[in-house]
Amino acid sequence: MKIRQMLKNGCILVVLVGLTACSEWGVKPWERDVLAKPEMQLIVSPIDAGLDDHIYFSKEGSSGGRSFGGGGCGCN
Amino acid sequence: MQLINDKREIGLALTAATLTLLGVNAPLAEAKGKAGEWDIDTAVLFYSETDGRVSAVEPVAEFTRNYDDDRKLTLKAVADALTGASPSGATPSDQAQTFTRPSGKGDYTVSANENPLDNSFHDTRGALSATWSSPLGDDYAYSVGAYGSGEYDYMSLGLNGTISRYLNNKNTTLNAGLSVSADSISPEGGIPVAFSRMALRANKTEEAFQTEFDASRQGSSDNKTLIDVLLGVTQVVNRSTIMQFNYSLSMADGYMTDPFKILSVIDDTPGAGLGTNAIGADGNAIYVYENRPDSRMKHALYWQTRHMLDNGDVIDGSYRFMIDDWGISSHTVDVHYRYMMGKSYLEPHARVYLQSEADFYTRYLTTTEYNGGTPTVTEATADYRLGEMLSGTLGLKWGYHLTEDHEVSVRGEYMKQTSTGDEGIGALATQGLYPDTDAFWLQLGYTF
Repeated sequence: MKIRQMLKNGCILVVLVGLTACSEWGVKPWERDVLAKPEMQLIVSPIDAGLDDHIYFSKEGSSGGRSFGGGGCGCN
Repeated sequence: MQLINDKREIGLALTAATLTLLGVNAPLAEAKGKAGEWDIDTAVLFYSETDGRVSAVEPVAEFTRNYDDDRKLTLKAVADALTGASPSGATPSDQAQTFTRPSGKGDYTVSANENPLDNSFHDTRGALSATWSSPLGDDYAYSVGAYGSGEYDYMSLGLNGTISRYLNNKNTTLNAGLSVSADSISPEGGIPVAFSRMALRANKTEEAFQTEFDASRQGSSDNKTLIDVLLGVTQVVNRSTIMQFNYSLSMADGYMTDPFKILSVIDDTPGAGLGTNAIGADGNAIYVYENRPDSRMKHALYWQTRHMLDNGDVIDGSYRFMIDDWGISSHTVDVHYRYMMGKSYLEPHARVYLQSEADFYTRYLTTTEYNGGTPTVTEATADYRLGEMLSGTLGLKWGYHLTEDHEVSVRGEYMKQTSTGDEGIGALATQGLYPDTDAFWLQLGYTF
């Protein structure tokens, strides 16, 4: 019971800290020049990401995370 | 050059500010192409594993039609041709071993002390996908997509959709996505019966072999369905940092066994034969077809941060934790650093992947587990991809902007996978049961 209460309080703290942090994060709309650059996109090259995801999907027991895990091949 | 870059940055900032003042949503990304034009991204990948294992050539092209700043249609086509050999799952032995090809139409022999590789592996695959993305009012955006791929013995069809909600002046984006796909497999030679013995030609007539082979098959095809749910938040941290956090749930139901993978049955009777291949009544070694659970649920947490340094270089780091109900958990750390050098850039890359083994992973079955053909286990695989694994990748990419929209690039990656596990009993303990997998890939790209 005590552990459950501590976890609950911990979760509330994490959410509050997260919300506080998020509220202080961000930029004004006219400060997006750097973020608008092609090299600042989260997936800067979809082709590279797609090819690598397919290789790792074929060679490891995990997939997905960044985007959908997918299937689509009987990979060896 | 620096002056030009500064001017461009000021121009981008002014454009963004102007669009905001006009009440127009500033695009989150600098649009490469103009409305009504196509952006085309092409590449060809050459993939090769050492020791005569898989090699592949994979051309890919992505066409993006920009209807305006935010609405676009993306079409992608991928083809690949694969040849080579793949580990069958059987253990090496101090005797040469002969296996039946998956089709039943021939054999292959592996030398003594060599890890068994099935060299009948060759396939071609084609995949097409289309995605439409568009704003939905001022605060939402959506995308819908369809996907299809086909190879000689495998077909996959899928639909997906995402919806995004912008908050906090578009500094926070909440994303939710759903993907559904249906796969079917029709392996050459049919679907093996779980744990049935691989029929071998030695010491019997062709007719007797065929009867035995047919008895080890349970139909020509099988299928599975996959449902993926993705929930994420993208957060602008400051003018030069952006972060993403995703949770994804993946549910698969159906046939997930690899019909080409087998397990050796190893004699665990104390004595001279300990650790050797168990021999059946026909005088041949006993190999059985693997069997995996028919459902799998995976959970993944993914975090990524991208940051531009004051000198214009960009660093990107991500971490993924995945856990599933097969008993696999994995950690993946991936780092890219892009050195900006005027018109060109150089991007080193490092990735580390650590995986625990599936509950039903085993390097071999013992005669006790095989139990004379009525196994005491319900699932088992010797596929190293479901075993304990540490994998590392190092890569380097070089790109050059011929003009603002035209870029050529070349990328090389080297991956080494090392596996560990049960080292075997008796004679088997002298064999190398976990060979490394070394792979290299080279990618040439052209974007215009």
